[in-house]
Amino acid sequence: MKKLLILGAGTSGTMMANRLRKKLPADEWAIAIIDQYPKHYYQPGFLFMPFGIYSEKDVIKPKQKFIPPKVYYIESEIDRIEPDRNRVLLRSGKQFDYDVLILATGVKTAPDQVEGMRGDDWRRRVFDFYTFEGALALHNALRDWNGGKLVVHISEMPIKCPVAPLEFAFLADWWLTERGLRNKTEISYVTPLSGAFTKPIASKVLAHLLEEKGIKVVTDFNVARINNEQHKLVSWDEKEVGYDLLVTVPTNMGDPAIERSGLGDELNLVPTNRHTLQSKQHQNIFVIGDATDLPSSKAGSVAHFESEVLAENIVHYIKGEPLESQFDGHANCFIESGYHKAFLLDFNYDLQPVPGKYPLPFIGPFSLLRETRMNDLGKLAFKWVYWNLLLKGVPMPGVGHHMSRLGKQIPTEAIQPA
Amino acid sequence: MTQKQLNGVTIDIDDDGYMTNHAQWNRDVAAALAKELDIELTDGHWRVLDFIDKDFKEKGVVPGMRRMNKIGGIPTKDLYSLFPDGPIKKAAKVAGYPKPVSCV
Repeated sequence: MKKLLILGAGTSGTMMANRLRKKLPADEWAIAIIDQYPKHYYQPGFLFMPFGIYSEKDVIKPKQKFIPPKVYYIESEIDRIEPDRNRVLLRSGKQFDYDVLILATGVKTAPDQVEGMRGDDWRRRVFDFYTFEGALALHNALRDWNGGKLVVHISEMPIKCPVAPLEFAFLADWWLTERGLRNKTEISYVTPLSGAFTKPIASKVLAHLLEEKGIKVVTDFNVARINNEQHKLVSWDEKEVGYDLLVTVPTNMGDPAIERSGLGDELNLVPTNRHTLQSKQHQNIFVIGDATDLPSSKAGSVAHFESEVLAENIVHYIKGEPLESQFDGHANCFIESGYHKAFLLDFNYDLQPVPGKYPLPFIGPFSLLRETRMNDLGKLAFKWVYWNLLLKGVPMPGVGHHMSRLGKQIPTEAIQPA
Repeated sequence: MTQKQLNGVTIDIDDDGYMTNHAQWNRDVAAALAKELDIELTDGHWRVLDFIDKDFKEKGVVPGMRRMNKIGGIPTKDLYSLFPDGPIKKAAKVAGYPKPVSCV
């Protein structure tokens, strides 16, 4: 019996367990998946929790519920991977050998990486919404909000879902307006990037929207520390931004087990072939989702597209066939902009987000890089899709891993050299 | 793409003044590029530039601040004092590499 081991039962690992159990004969391949936490979080839902749109029941289900029969589910913390011996050591002292290993260990927020972030203001005036606990604490803080300086902040790139902080700013603007608090609240958006978003054409559209909503944008701000006494963000070049309420996205880092195993870069991300998803260091190790160092967005949609390519490549690898270089960096993401409207972006390594229709070219029903009510319905429906189709690896009609250029309005500057 | 003359050497640059052909780069070109940014290159600068050069050849991208710090051993504070206002962009320009993009 051969052994395939998956580390991490989040979005990526769960999808791989489901896809591969269907593809690999159960009498030849044992599949096991290891994760230290029992709860599966619907992470896109964290954005809605501070505003009371979603609560606990929307975003948490048991991990095991999504692991198929005939896949061994082990709840334990990983100590380290020993790639030269093809084995994984667990904190419990147990060890697992593998023939093929899939790293789906994701990234986590690491607030300790910024001096002072975990100071006296933490969870009093300084919040994150990238964790369940943070989103819940922020919900409580917003209930007591009477106005002042609200600062939405990104510590360092890359982060999961790079549009989420923008969405938070848009939703906060709406929420405050409805409560008559908007004119008492100054909203700033503070980013280490040189614009509102990472991709130029979308960045322009989003910058315009921020301006329309009266949200002040501070770019090129690299935070050095948080001054808890004076409630200020301080940059490395001594610029300062004061806050009454700071909603920050802490540094996102790969799992410490990756670092302990010597498999990661400076953020504990695993160097990975951007088209095949094979580890650059070890042929029988594959990497998916946020755990990779790919120049694509860290998002569930990316993990979903990767999972299709990776399942095929694992089969190729097992049969001794050459891997297919199929992953094109495809990502799509909704951007909630408030007032029951949203944008949708669809892009890959080579083409940045442009206007058009999705998933059906020219038809939609969703509009790319435009603010519509239909897009908002799509985002809200996505929760059902996530729990019921995506995690289980059920194919979605029209939503393939290859990004289509059909139906897109593409200016020449939108195409990036590969 | 445009060309410009620096100390008698012709270099290809993009719209933002970043070199597009690294083969045209050498230490004198670097010094001239630095001068345009009002920077006089010292050993401290070269430590940064040499790390960018080595890392780019290995990874194909200009390293970010955290990488310079953790892998290159260059404290972020030093980066800001050596290349004020946007150290990564300035250092990449002087090192003859493309404008760093936060690509995700």
